[in-house]
Amino acid sequence: MLQAVSLSCRRGDRRLFSGVNVTVHSGTVLTVVGENGSGKTSFLRILCSLLAPEEGAVLWHGVDIRRLKEQYYAQLTYIGHLNGIKDDLTAMENLMLTAALTGDRPSDASVRDALEAAGLKRRVHHLPTKVLSQGQKRRVALARLWLSTHPLWLLDEPFTSLDQAATALVTERLQSHVQGGGLAVVVTHHEVALPSEMVQRLRLDG
Amino acid sequence: MSQPGLWETLRGIIWRDLLLAIRRRSDVAISVLFLVIVASLFPLGVGPEPAVLRTIAAGVLWVAALLACLLSLGRVFTADYLDGVLEQMLLIAQPLPVLVAGKVFAHWVVSGLPVVLLSPLLGLQFGLDGEALGMLVLSLLLGTPTLSMIGSIGAALVLGVRGSGLLVALLVLPLYVPVLIFGAGAVTSSMAGIGGEANLSLLGACLVLSVFFAPWATASALRIALE
Repeated sequence: MLQAVSLSCRRGDRRLFSGVNVTVHSGTVLTVVGENGSGKTSFLRILCSLLAPEEGAVLWHGVDIRRLKEQYYAQLTYIGHLNGIKDDLTAMENLMLTAALTGDRPSDASVRDALEAAGLKRRVHHLPTKVLSQGQKRRVALARLWLSTHPLWLLDEPFTSLDQAATALVTERLQSHVQGGGLAVVVTHHEVALPSEMVQRLRLDG
Repeated sequence: MSQPGLWETLRGIIWRDLLLAIRRRSDVAISVLFLVIVASLFPLGVGPEPAVLRTIAAGVLWVAALLACLLSLGRVFTADYLDGVLEQMLLIAQPLPVLVAGKVFAHWVVSGLPVVLLSPLLGLQFGLDGEALGMLVLSLLLGTPTLSMIGSIGAALVLGVRGSGLLVALLVLPLYVPVLIFGAGAVTSSMAGIGGEANLSLLGACLVLSVFFAPWATASALRIALE
C-alpha cells in the first residue's frame, strides 16, 4: 500500500500542489492527470523520493520512504519521461545491464521475450538504440515492465511516442501487473483503458 | 525477487561504463591524445637542452595528466544525467556512494590508467632516467585515482548547469593542488637523490581520504542536482 499524506510541492516561487492525500492499494492503478505544469511529474518524483516534498510524507506499507531508502527502492520500478537507456548499447544490453543493477537476473531468452512482448522485432534487439525511432526507444524502456518483479510501478507518461498497438501492449501488461497484486502510479495525458474498478484517479490542478 | 549483492552491483556498473567507453572510443582517445600532445609540445617549445627538460619534466607531465583528467570529467555523469540513466541509478537498491565509487573507478580505468601507462614513454622525451620514470609511474598510479575521486565531486556539483565545463575547472583545480605538489615532488625528490617515498606516502594518504569521502560527497551532490 502506497500513501501520500498531506503532500505539498513548491518549485521555485510557485506552489504546484498542497495537501494531497491519496492511498493506492494493491490491485490498483492510480492515474495522475492535470494540465502541463500542474506538478504531475513532481508528484511522481516525490513518490519515488527523487524529489523532497515541501510538506507531508510518502508511506510504503505505513513506513516513511525516507526511512526505508534502499528497502523501498527494491520494491519499485520507475520509468521517467526520459527513457533511461544508453544510445550506444543495444536494446538487449540496455535491458540486461539495467536488470543486473536492480536485482533481476534475466536470461537472454527472457530479455528477448520482454522486447518482443513490448512489440520490438528480433532484428532490432542487437542494434544500438541510437538507430531506433523514438517510439522504438520508448518500447525498449518499457520492456523493463515485462522483466520487473517489483510490486510498485511508477510511470511517467509511458504512452508518449507509442503507437496504438504498443499502447495496447503496455496497457495489457499494466493490467496483468495489478491483477497479480501489484500497484502502479501512472502520470499520463492519455486515458488508460483498464476496467474502472482497477483505476483510481488523481487530478492536480496546479 | 532477488537482491543483487554489493559487489555484483559494483561489477555491473563498472562493466556498463567500460562497455560504453569501448563503444565511444573517440571520447576516450581525446583526453589521452591531449596528454600526449601537451607533453610533446614542451620539449619543442623549451628546446632540446637535456638539463632543462629534466628539470621541468615532473611538473609538466603532472600538469598535463591533471588537465587530461579534467578534460574527461564531463563524461562521468553528464551523459547519464541527460538520458535519464542517472535517475534510474539513484533508485537502485544499493547505497549510492557505492555506485558512485564504481563509476569513478571506471572513469579512472578509462582516463587515468592510460596516463599511467603512457607516462614512461612521455618521460623519455624529457630525458628521465629509469628511477625517475619508475617514480613517475608510481606517483601517477597513486595520484590519478585521487584526481578522479575529487573530480567526481565537481562533476556532480555542476550537473545541469550551463557552462559547467569551465565551472568544474574552477571548482576542482584548487583541490588538485596538493596532489600536484606531492606527485611532482615525488619525481623531483627521486631525481635529486633524496627519494620520493615521503611524497608517495602523502599521495597515498590523499587517495585513502578521497576514497572514503568523495563518493559520499558526490552522492549528496547528485541527489541535489536531480531535485
